[in-house]
Amino acid sequence: MREIALQPGADLAGFRQAVRGLVADGIPPEQIEWTVAEPSLFGAEPAGDARSDAPPLRLPRPVAELVEEVVPHRDPERYALLYDVIWRVTHGRRGLLEIASDPVVHRLELMRKSVRRDIHKMHAYVRFRQIETAPGEPERYAAWFEPDYFILQAATPFFVERFRAMRWRIVTPIGTAEWDGVTLRFGPSGSRADVPSGDAFEAGWTGYYESTFNPARANPKLMQQHMAKKYWRNMPEAATISNLVRSASSRVERMLEEGPTVPTKRMPEGALAAMLEQAPASLAELNAIIRSSGPLVPGATQAVVGEGPEHADIIFVGEQPGDEEDIQGRPFVGPAGRLLDRAMAEAGIDRKDVYLTNAVKHFKFEQRGKRRIHAKPTAGEVSHYRWWLMRELELIEPKLVVALGGTAVLALTGKQVPITRARGPAKLLEDFPGYITVHPSYLLRLPDEDAKRTAYTAFVDDMRRIRDMGRAARSRVAAE
Amino acid sequence: MDERLTRKLRILADAAKYDASCASSGAPKRSAGRGGIGSTNRIGICHSYTPDGRCVSLLKILLTNYCLFDCAYCINRRSSNVERARFSVQEVVDITIAFYKRNYIEGLFLSSGIIRSPDYTMEQLVLVAKSLRQQHGYRGYIHLKTIPEASPWLVEQAGLWADRLSVNLELPTDEGLKSFAPEKQAGTIKAAMGQMRERIEEAEAERRSFSPAGQSTQLIVGADGASDADMLRTTANLYDRYALRRVYFSAFSPIPDSTSRLPAKAPPLQRENRLYQADWLLRHYEFGVEEIASATEGGMLDLEVDPKLAWALKNRARFPVDVNKADREMLLRVPGLGARAVDKIVRARRHTTLRLDDLKRLSGALKRSLPFLIAADHHPGGSTDRADLRARLVQPAAKQLALF
Repeated sequence: MREIALQPGADLAGFRQAVRGLVADGIPPEQIEWTVAEPSLFGAEPAGDARSDAPPLRLPRPVAELVEEVVPHRDPERYALLYDVIWRVTHGRRGLLEIASDPVVHRLELMRKSVRRDIHKMHAYVRFRQIETAPGEPERYAAWFEPDYFILQAATPFFVERFRAMRWRIVTPIGTAEWDGVTLRFGPSGSRADVPSGDAFEAGWTGYYESTFNPARANPKLMQQHMAKKYWRNMPEAATISNLVRSASSRVERMLEEGPTVPTKRMPEGALAAMLEQAPASLAELNAIIRSSGPLVPGATQAVVGEGPEHADIIFVGEQPGDEEDIQGRPFVGPAGRLLDRAMAEAGIDRKDVYLTNAVKHFKFEQRGKRRIHAKPTAGEVSHYRWWLMRELELIEPKLVVALGGTAVLALTGKQVPITRARGPAKLLEDFPGYITVHPSYLLRLPDEDAKRTAYTAFVDDMRRIRDMGRAARSRVAAE
Repeated sequence: MDERLTRKLRILADAAKYDASCASSGAPKRSAGRGGIGSTNRIGICHSYTPDGRCVSLLKILLTNYCLFDCAYCINRRSSNVERARFSVQEVVDITIAFYKRNYIEGLFLSSGIIRSPDYTMEQLVLVAKSLRQQHGYRGYIHLKTIPEASPWLVEQAGLWADRLSVNLELPTDEGLKSFAPEKQAGTIKAAMGQMRERIEEAEAERRSFSPAGQSTQLIVGADGASDADMLRTTANLYDRYALRRVYFSAFSPIPDSTSRLPAKAPPLQRENRLYQADWLLRHYEFGVEEIASATEGGMLDLEVDPKLAWALKNRARFPVDVNKADREMLLRVPGLGARAVDKIVRARRHTTLRLDDLKRLSGALKRSLPFLIAADHHPGGSTDRADLRARLVQPAAKQLALF
């Protein structure tokens, strides 16, 4: 018979070390007696007869996890049961944990479940109270909690992830965890007196708790299944439970008896009518909304809204503002915009007569050193902006809609279309004639001068056709 | 927290409590950044339970309970005489952060009565979420109510800050909506749901964040004449067409200052519970909605037995099922066997032949399963087909079960 004495609490290190030695020496479970040592004043000592020179033991990952999760349990048999499983797993039964019906596996799984539940309840039911600090110092909080098992180490990293910017300590009968903003430290156990006796928000929280309870659904048994009485003494809101339960039925009876009431208020006809007129009625209103909304793509200094006469005959839709547009807050004022201006001028279109806007109203970019490089908006991002573009069209009622490049076509039609093939007059929308051409930035990106010149000529030709189509549409409308 | 603010909190929590949804689940795992607070995990946490057995996870409040709408079932309808209050955006942000830091809550669930206009109201809701994220580096859970009458661009913004969006359909039929909620329109609600579905799916495909915990809705049980089969058909349709994560059911509950148009009686909690069970069958047990409807009486679910057992009793020719041989799909149909128990059975039987003692360790409700399954040492014989099987399986006092 070998006796293995482990430290009180969750002695994972001691258990691991013992298991290595026992498996290396080939000691079967029935020849081991697992005991827990008296708390030592001098820290952990070597675990009983266990050797400290045994090689590490490779266990299947699910078994290693089971060990880690069950060791914090209080059941004195946990080490023996775990060793029984480890022994069988290392002796030909590698898949043992898959047999949830095995009596030992079953018991260990129940223990694991209780430990997990205990950790979960700690995450749920810890109640921090603020500690007074001098002005300018970081806020400090403290909580007292009584877990069932030795879970302090396993449960507290959660609070670091959640309350990183706070300084806090959680005091328990099994130890203290303290976060100073950088390191999580564990110390000796404490008492309830180590924590403030109240907090300025507890009355508000309790008021919330009382009000969110619906007396017509009272079911205290169900509540206790989830939140056992043992937790109540450390939860400020629980002080109201007995009163809420006691008064529930009379509150419901009163509601049923009092029955329907006659409305005392008059019908707010004016407000109701005003409510329905919320849609922006002018470009100025719409643009104010766009400007006050944050970017729907990451980045951007400001929104860049459309520019031009309220009822322009032709509307040009680009992709998104670029670096210069983002700084100036106006569309088509960068290199591509200047090229568009030139082409329009050559074709006899006055920029002041048309409406220029973008599918996406904010600059999306990647920072490379000091430069902000244009990043193409995704299809989803384009759809975020689609509603604004559609409202612009409704308000302007143009005679011709020109899509400059693929993103504009996508925004107007919801479809990806190859520009080179679709170039020319096109049905973009039900209500307005359309025209597709390239985005002027495409011309800037062409590598050699010859190609640039040819493409520019074609672009100016497009502008001429656009000019003619615009004129034709206007005279048609005038004739009607 | 001063008394005036506490008083408002009480009014606006009371006004929000008839919304059953409280889940803080479905968000991707996040943790607080440097100098910030807030984290989320996949399943969420219930931080307390009220004596109705319901979980308190999120701070569930209205921005205001003033409302221009006049929905008969709603405590906040404009013709009700309840006490009114209104929070400022900053007040909601401050209370949320203060409660969160004390570990009272998992996050915020914010809704509102319609004031001034749907757009104005929705803007305020978005502003709260945006301030929490931007000014406080807050990464905890946020659930925002979408106001379907608001302009679509506001929905586009809400999803950037919220983990979950929801629009409550409330009544399962268009006629019900028309008669009880005169300002609402089924078409508007469904258009908003459709818009949210598109954005959520696009963002997922593009690995951006837009309402990452999806969208949900709520149906009221027992306010109008809709049958359970109506409710479940609407539910299945909503899952199918709008890819909702959850449909919540809320038993119509007596409210102070009620209208004479609606029943003043105890909430149909048992019915609500059966609907949740049926919903569970739709989502996790591969049941079709018509299969469940076929096991109702006049469109109503059996209040004495759960819908899976009701279906099994009407389809006895499909039983008994051999736990050592049957497909997973068929095991899921055995009354009393939950999805987790079925998974354990399927794993364990690769290594061993299962007997009754084994099954007792795998399933918590084996007694109900016995007439429907075969194990190495068990065969139900004629008991599957006994005429009085239903009577033998009815639990004496049908118990109220948990909302999740």
